[in-house]
Amino acid sequence: MFKKILIANRGEIACRVIKTAKKMGIKTVAVYSDADDGALHMRMADEAVHIGPAASAESYLVIDKILDAIKQTGAEAVHPGYGFLSENKLFAEALEKAGVAFIGPPKGAIEAMGDKIESKKLAINAGVSSVPGHVEAIDDPEEAVKIANGIGYPVMLKASAGGGGKGMRLAWNDDECREGLVSAMNEGRASFGDDRVFIEKFIEQPRHIEIQVMADKHGNTLYFGERECSIQRRHQKVLEEAPSPFLDEATREAMGEQAVALAKEVDYCSAGTVEFIVDKDKNFYFLEMNTRLQVEHPVTELITGYDLVELMIRVANDEKLPMKQEDVKLTGWALEARLYAEDPERGFLPSTGRLVQYTAPEEIEGKVRVDTGVEEGAEISMFYDPMIAKLVTGGKDRKEAFDNMQQALDLYHVRGLSHNLGFLNQLCGDEDIRAGNMTTNFIGDHYPDGMTEALLAPKNPKLFAAVASMIHMRELEEEQGLSGRATPAEPFKKGKFNAFLGEKDKIEYKIKIKKRSDTHVTVKVDREEFEIESSWSPIEPIVKTMVNDAPVVMQLDTSEGGSILSHDGARIRVQLIERRLAHLLRLMPYKEPPDLSKFLLSPMPGLLVRLSVKEGDQVKAGSELAVVEAMKMENILRAEQDVTIKAVYAEDGDNLAVDQKIVEFE
Amino acid sequence: MKDIIHALEEKRDQARLGGGQRRIDAQHSKGKLTARERIDLFLDEGSFEEWDMFVEHDCTDFGMEENKMPGDGVVTGYGTVNGRQVFVFSQDFTVFGGSLSAAHARKIVKVMEQAMKVGVPVIGLNDSGGARIQEGVASLAGYADVFQQNVLASGVIPQISMIMGPCAGGAVYSPAITDYIFMVKDSSYMFVTGPEVVKTVTNEEVTQEELGGAITHTTKSGVADKAFENDVEAIGQLRRFLSFLPSNNREKAPSKPTSDPANRVEMSLDTLVPENPNKPYDMKELIHKMVDEGDFFEVQPEYAANIICGYARVEGQTVGIVANQPMVLAGCLDIASSIKAARFIRFCDSFNIPILTLVDVPGFLPGTSQEYGGIIKHGAKLLYAYAEATVPKVTLITRKAYGGAYDVMASKHLRGDVNYAWPSAEIAVMGAKGAVEIIFRADRDNPKKIAEKEQEYKDKFANPFVAGSLGFIDDVIRPHNTRPRIARALRMLRTKKLENPWRKHGNIPL
Repeated sequence: MFKKILIANRGEIACRVIKTAKKMGIKTVAVYSDADDGALHMRMADEAVHIGPAASAESYLVIDKILDAIKQTGAEAVHPGYGFLSENKLFAEALEKAGVAFIGPPKGAIEAMGDKIESKKLAINAGVSSVPGHVEAIDDPEEAVKIANGIGYPVMLKASAGGGGKGMRLAWNDDECREGLVSAMNEGRASFGDDRVFIEKFIEQPRHIEIQVMADKHGNTLYFGERECSIQRRHQKVLEEAPSPFLDEATREAMGEQAVALAKEVDYCSAGTVEFIVDKDKNFYFLEMNTRLQVEHPVTELITGYDLVELMIRVANDEKLPMKQEDVKLTGWALEARLYAEDPERGFLPSTGRLVQYTAPEEIEGKVRVDTGVEEGAEISMFYDPMIAKLVTGGKDRKEAFDNMQQALDLYHVRGLSHNLGFLNQLCGDEDIRAGNMTTNFIGDHYPDGMTEALLAPKNPKLFAAVASMIHMRELEEEQGLSGRATPAEPFKKGKFNAFLGEKDKIEYKIKIKKRSDTHVTVKVDREEFEIESSWSPIEPIVKTMVNDAPVVMQLDTSEGGSILSHDGARIRVQLIERRLAHLLRLMPYKEPPDLSKFLLSPMPGLLVRLSVKEGDQVKAGSELAVVEAMKMENILRAEQDVTIKAVYAEDGDNLAVDQKIVEFE
Repeated sequence: MKDIIHALEEKRDQARLGGGQRRIDAQHSKGKLTARERIDLFLDEGSFEEWDMFVEHDCTDFGMEENKMPGDGVVTGYGTVNGRQVFVFSQDFTVFGGSLSAAHARKIVKVMEQAMKVGVPVIGLNDSGGARIQEGVASLAGYADVFQQNVLASGVIPQISMIMGPCAGGAVYSPAITDYIFMVKDSSYMFVTGPEVVKTVTNEEVTQEELGGAITHTTKSGVADKAFENDVEAIGQLRRFLSFLPSNNREKAPSKPTSDPANRVEMSLDTLVPENPNKPYDMKELIHKMVDEGDFFEVQPEYAANIICGYARVEGQTVGIVANQPMVLAGCLDIASSIKAARFIRFCDSFNIPILTLVDVPGFLPGTSQEYGGIIKHGAKLLYAYAEATVPKVTLITRKAYGGAYDVMASKHLRGDVNYAWPSAEIAVMGAKGAVEIIFRADRDNPKKIAEKEQEYKDKFANPFVAGSLGFIDDVIRPHNTRPRIARALRMLRTKKLENPWRKHGNIPL
């Protein structure tokens, strides 16, 4: 076995690989850029080598720097993780030349699968069912129309080198087909320097289901079941689960066998994933093969019980896979949610910054797993992927895995930057998703504007009122302990309050609190009774309770006007006031939040490098208004429409807070 | 006898109704509560003892003799907040527009005098149209009596003004003398002369809100210390604020039990200060992670934000925190921040509240606007306030402590009791670049030498060791240990006794 391996990656996946290496008794080498100096992956490894500036093009993507690090440390093998150099055949080649093992597939497989047209041809040869389409590149609009008519509309025009939604055009008729070809070619050329475009059938109500394969160098190729990743946003996966709630045993086996056939076709070894698109009638079509470890591999690990990274390392060490296909059994259910630094309440705008508060839920074998590369105080920088962590939960069945996920999400506490924990929680509570009714269009269809005020409203406001009452009581008790009283405090036994929930149209409940013991309180919300058991004290931002014998976890943010509680993806402000004073709160006017559409607001904290307009300027849509520098990156803020500048509120060199007003428009 | 009791009840009922239902409704429609409703919110249930309910004005001009209301536009008395005694006066806008008559003023002075005798705070809930014009100079005399009493009470008992309606003309000077001014957004304003007069005299067009609203005074003028959304939130926060303050200048602030352990370490503080000395970080993160339960009552959060002032607790004991904020103007000292912090420190010193100073200061802000504005005198206020203070003073340098600003920010030399530094501290006359450009001016065309010398200067001063070797820093502490170490220092200082030489009063450079 290797004595030392280098992990040519960063963040959670580097940490993930190091964990397995440690378990196997293998020493580890991390590499890090300036931005990652002191990062978790660097500290977890036995050795760490600095490989350059923050930008990945100058560090994590530079093959020579990785080779230097290997030389310096004497690592015998390299795990590339995902992204960066993981699917770069030049890297695989360079390692081969240097006599270092690559913990991944042979370079030929990387190359073959890296090209969409090439891989499709190979798939057809291997008898893998493919989306009806034309595998040759097309550059003539009329020919495209002819082919499209042969396949039948709707069709998708795809740039061969495309990805992440770029260079893709949907066409429902001849005209759209002609235009789509041209724009897909242009985008392909602009984005990837490759204007080859091909056509294929557009699948309606598509689901994304992929097969995990694993092969050794001795001719053994197995499949490890499927993962369904239909819940995605702009081709970025958000929720992944295994198995898929959609597949039956026959389809699963057929897909698995085709995936294995494809892997064999390219002499595959190591871990790989064959992605399929599945239509509403369970017809499945080959999409692409990823020749690396996938982000979402933990769900497969959870239901199969195998450590895929360990298998990759063993296979790279020329060992035989220790199991046979019939040994691979799928047990229980696993779900993964990706925690991103983004703001679902602002159209998923990416967010960066310091993890001022960060507490992940406790890991429980088989039930809760957290893969992350950060801890409290770490910085999510704009140089790399905005993924903060992967939260994986398991259960004996799908419901249990989802329930566990929702609770784990409530226990996940992140402050300092915007994140999608609440959004993930909503998804996991969504009735359609819970019923398994989902397609890859789910998020786009159901959350076109991300999280809105209406979506944040809780479905069970009384529960929020009850927990807020418990919190209020504990705070009152602490206040009563204040010294310097003229008369001794009477210990709290019971009290009558009113609860006001929300902002504009407040929900009001009558509350009766009865303290039963130090940890037990009965809260009556209008006519409904809640027995709350909790040892929460006011230093904890996470409020763990048992409500009527069921666990309920809420997160608490305090404000000058009451507690803001988050739970199950909902969030609401709750104000408690003594019953005798409730009529006074009712008199308080609702104030519309100021209309900020008339302002240019700083999208992030940063330095105002340049204010390009002055009062009275008339500005055309698209022209530069200001340049804000955040973490050495200059962000140009442009006018969204033709505007006149009414007032300016900042000047060059100002440090801006997020949402700070820079310019006001007429 | 029965008749008298009957008459008493009638009078009480009349007093309780203030200016009558119509005016109460009008007050409500503006989003404002009445004087009595505010007292109900403010004091513990059933604790209010009202005084002078039957006081009426003695004006006989302009038909006023026919127009009398019991209480005369202000509700006064005492009660408890979290069981602690306070005196309160609450002006009633529904009665003569809350205007101040001689009788109205006498009521206010009466509670202030009594509050001083018993040593408890006075809280004014201000909502007054101004002077009772019908009374002429008698009303002005009333104002002056209040001002005089405000001044006598200053530094003896905490005086807090909550502006909950208009407060214009001479009326502004009573709140101005009190220790803290809070305002309610959209329904309160303060100015010496109103928009009409401004228009006549200077031809400026300005609304009441722009001229003297809560936003103006908490962001532009610095007159007010904090703005709240509405009456209910304002009074709720006023109760919270009082929990940090002692009742008078002979007492210590109350303590509040906490489940937050004093020895709590915060590993994330080790990465708070960025490697790059020019990159800002949020000093409030340190404050929130250091104090009990993260509970911090900041004053003037939106004004002169390059310095942070506010109250928190450590081990249940109140501490006043003054901190440079690298996020705003790089945390430098300027006129506004010097005045803000100086006044804060003097309040803490008056009322036995230990001062915790967190330092990351690159110096004083340069420029003509600062010099012409008198930064010399205003900066000296801060220096004076720190030097004069005899309460426990604990100081922590997190990063930069440059030049005169190092001296000013509660350094050892200004009788700092415990002065700590993080390993990232740089205590020097100025940054390395600037220093080398001056010392080696002759070599300014020799970039290699300049770079060398810059490194040399950095090696020497970009650390806490020189200051440590001179005893100006008592210890270098690891960021994650900040709370335990600060808690210990404050614990040790609980019995500190220090007195300044006798004098009538010092002459702070006003």
